[in-house]
Amino acid sequence: MEIVSYIFMTIGGLFFLLGGLGVLRMPDTFNRIQAGTKATTLGAFSVLIGVAFANPSWTAKIIIIIVFIIISNPIGSSVIAKATYNSKNIPDNLVQDDFKERGGKHDSV
Amino acid sequence: MIELMDIVVFSLMGVGILFTLVRMIIGPKLSDRVVSLDTFNMIIIGVIAVLASVFESNLYLDIVIIYAILAFLETIVFSRYLEGKKDGNS
Repeated sequence: MEIVSYIFMTIGGLFFLLGGLGVLRMPDTFNRIQAGTKATTLGAFSVLIGVAFANPSWTAKIIIIIVFIIISNPIGSSVIAKATYNSKNIPDNLVQDDFKERGGKHDSV
Repeated sequence: MIELMDIVVFSLMGVGILFTLVRMIIGPKLSDRVVSLDTFNMIIIGVIAVLASVFESNLYLDIVIIYAILAFLETIVFSRYLEGKKDGNS
């Protein structure tokens, strides 16, 4: 049980490290949003599952935290991306703009 | 009691926190700083969860819940503020 929990925690730590590295090294804002948010969602998930394996009596509380993170983190990522798009901070080398092609307004959230 | 694997996990998270802090300092636009703040908050949630396992105290998980709610609100509020700025500078 101890070993399984440390394996999950190490996987989560690796995902946190890769998320931070992606935020540091990616070239523009939208790539940074993707790298930073997806990797850290899986990292938090994995670390919390590792903590639940180490202490099985905490499982209920940890499930509440995991459900909240799974709901809130993609919403936060989407809101940041929309705000970045609306603040005219679009990178120069953008290949395709699906939002504009579908007739999206700049001000709708 | 802290063990070797705990130190390994804390080191991985610490290097991730350093990367996000560097991006928070050098980030050219405000949205980059908001993204790095979001990543930073998620890594801090992981650190506090591992601290709960190290100290074997149930109370740290309550801190994790409150921190997750505050981090989500922080992201939303900064994004709304960012949306009001039409030039996206600084």
